[in-house]
Amino acid sequence: MAALITVRSLTKQFSNIRAVDALSFSVTAGSVYGFLGQNGAGKSTTIRMLAGLIMPTSGEIEMFGLSLAKHKKEILQRIGAVIEKPDVYPYLSAYSNLQLFARLSGCQPKRSYLMEQLEQVGLAHRAKDAVSGFSQGMKQRLGIAIALVHQPELIILDEPTNGLDPQGIADIRHLIVYLSREMKKTVIVSSHLLNEIEQVATELLIIHKGKKIKEGKATELFDPAKTTIVLNTLQNEDAFAQLQTSNWAACLQQLTPEGIHLQMHRNRIPEFHQSLAHLQIPVVALQPRHSLEDYFLQVTTPGYVDTLSN
Amino acid sequence: MWTLFQIEVYKIFRRPRTYIAFAAITGLIGIIQFGLKLDGDQYVTFMMRDITSSISIEGNILNGYQVCYIVLQVLLVHVPLLIALVAADMVSGEANIGTLRLLLTKPISRDAFLFAKFLATLVYTIALLIWLAILALFLNMLIFGTDDLFLLKSSYVVLLREQDIFWRYCGAFAFAALAMSTVAALGFLLSLFANNSIGPIVATMSIIVFLTILSTLNIPLFGYIKPYLFTTHMIGWKEFFDIKVNDANEAISGTIQNPDRIIHSAIILFIHIILFLSISIWVFRKKDILS
Repeated sequence: MAALITVRSLTKQFSNIRAVDALSFSVTAGSVYGFLGQNGAGKSTTIRMLAGLIMPTSGEIEMFGLSLAKHKKEILQRIGAVIEKPDVYPYLSAYSNLQLFARLSGCQPKRSYLMEQLEQVGLAHRAKDAVSGFSQGMKQRLGIAIALVHQPELIILDEPTNGLDPQGIADIRHLIVYLSREMKKTVIVSSHLLNEIEQVATELLIIHKGKKIKEGKATELFDPAKTTIVLNTLQNEDAFAQLQTSNWAACLQQLTPEGIHLQMHRNRIPEFHQSLAHLQIPVVALQPRHSLEDYFLQVTTPGYVDTLSN
Repeated sequence: MWTLFQIEVYKIFRRPRTYIAFAAITGLIGIIQFGLKLDGDQYVTFMMRDITSSISIEGNILNGYQVCYIVLQVLLVHVPLLIALVAADMVSGEANIGTLRLLLTKPISRDAFLFAKFLATLVYTIALLIWLAILALFLNMLIFGTDDLFLLKSSYVVLLREQDIFWRYCGAFAFAALAMSTVAALGFLLSLFANNSIGPIVATMSIIVFLTILSTLNIPLFGYIKPYLFTTHMIGWKEFFDIKVNDANEAISGTIQNPDRIIHSAIILFIHIILFLSISIWVFRKKDILS
């Protein structure tokens, strides 16, 4: 697949702070590109540079084969973005906001089309209401409708789940998957919520202190040979002792109140499952840990792995 | 560009804040009209106390033209605050509610965006002055009738005939529109530097107050910069009410004593507008949107 976005040596200096430092990456067309980093890592600055809100100090951004510096208008016509909070005009209705931003995006949509867009995000019944009375989740959905109203090829979502309740977070997750799989859009999503990214991203970029730590396909980023799983049984102490004398002793890591921690190749998990049945260990739960979280903490805070093993 | 302009005008007139200025002007003029209607005779007696022994005047002194002049003298000092309420909020207000970043991810050029916003600010400024003209001139003409306009200047008296007044008010309001547009341009420029509108509104008013004090102080040191301050020229509308006299000291109807002063002041104000707008565009082109 061709690269939809190519970023080369992107740098942004704010007086004495280097927010983004010689960052290079590329985003494949059709992917869900997860942008990960701790607070202050430079995610939002990078996203804002991609959306044309912040001028890079140096470096190049190429989107759809065009230079952002030279073809900003043409590029922005093909992008829909929700940067941080989806702030809209509180004194206007949802419909008026959508219509206004649709016109700014260069389209003159009919009422039926706009109502259809509001219907898709579940706001058609509140179309005439002023946005000032909307919840954060409703504003987020309206923001997404605004980002999608001109049918962009690339959607940029910066911290889209901020301030949302669990249902709102799940809705955003489903929407991202829908946009990617059904609508064939490319989605860039930045977040510090690792499990959210893990569930939707096909490609990942991890940045730390403005620098790239790792980039690649989500499935290739972590070593499958070191998948951590947590086993819970009716009697964890007995099961731990039993496993110490079994063929799985080398995989055992530790026993914690959370359960029995083991590390093995991802492909061996079914085999381990069968062994537990043979050993007549009464399994309550067998869960792979959030491998992205482990990986992220490992690459961004080098001392973390040591603290786990102690 | 036209779409942007339409949207900006639409947004201005959908905001509740916009109507504060219209309500304030309505209230203030209403109070003046009410006071003069009830107690106008005493006001005229007080106004004429120093000249009644030397001049005899017949007719309706407290007519609509006279009341309009009184209103303009009082209100044109305060209108800049009402202009600043909206002009200084144009960009900072968008930054404050967070819509600036959404707007600028749309395929619009920053120059066009800013220019459309500035034009919309001018529309608001002119609309406010039209409203002021409707209440201060036309409504007063209806309430108080029309007659000659009698003006007491610091060292002389001006008497303008009834048929020689209306066009002067048209000129005065047009000039006031230019002066208020200068205030709007200043407020607009300052709105680029903040993420809330309070700072730019206060800064705009502070600058106007500061420069007005410099313009009125008769200190030789300030004499060098006074001619270049826009506040010095904002009261140029009064020049429309000074009339030329012939050798026999008779007023020449349809004339202005110093038309060159009006043109000069208008040019200075226009240069300030262009300067403020140019700086705004230059600053906004380089501005990082961090709000």
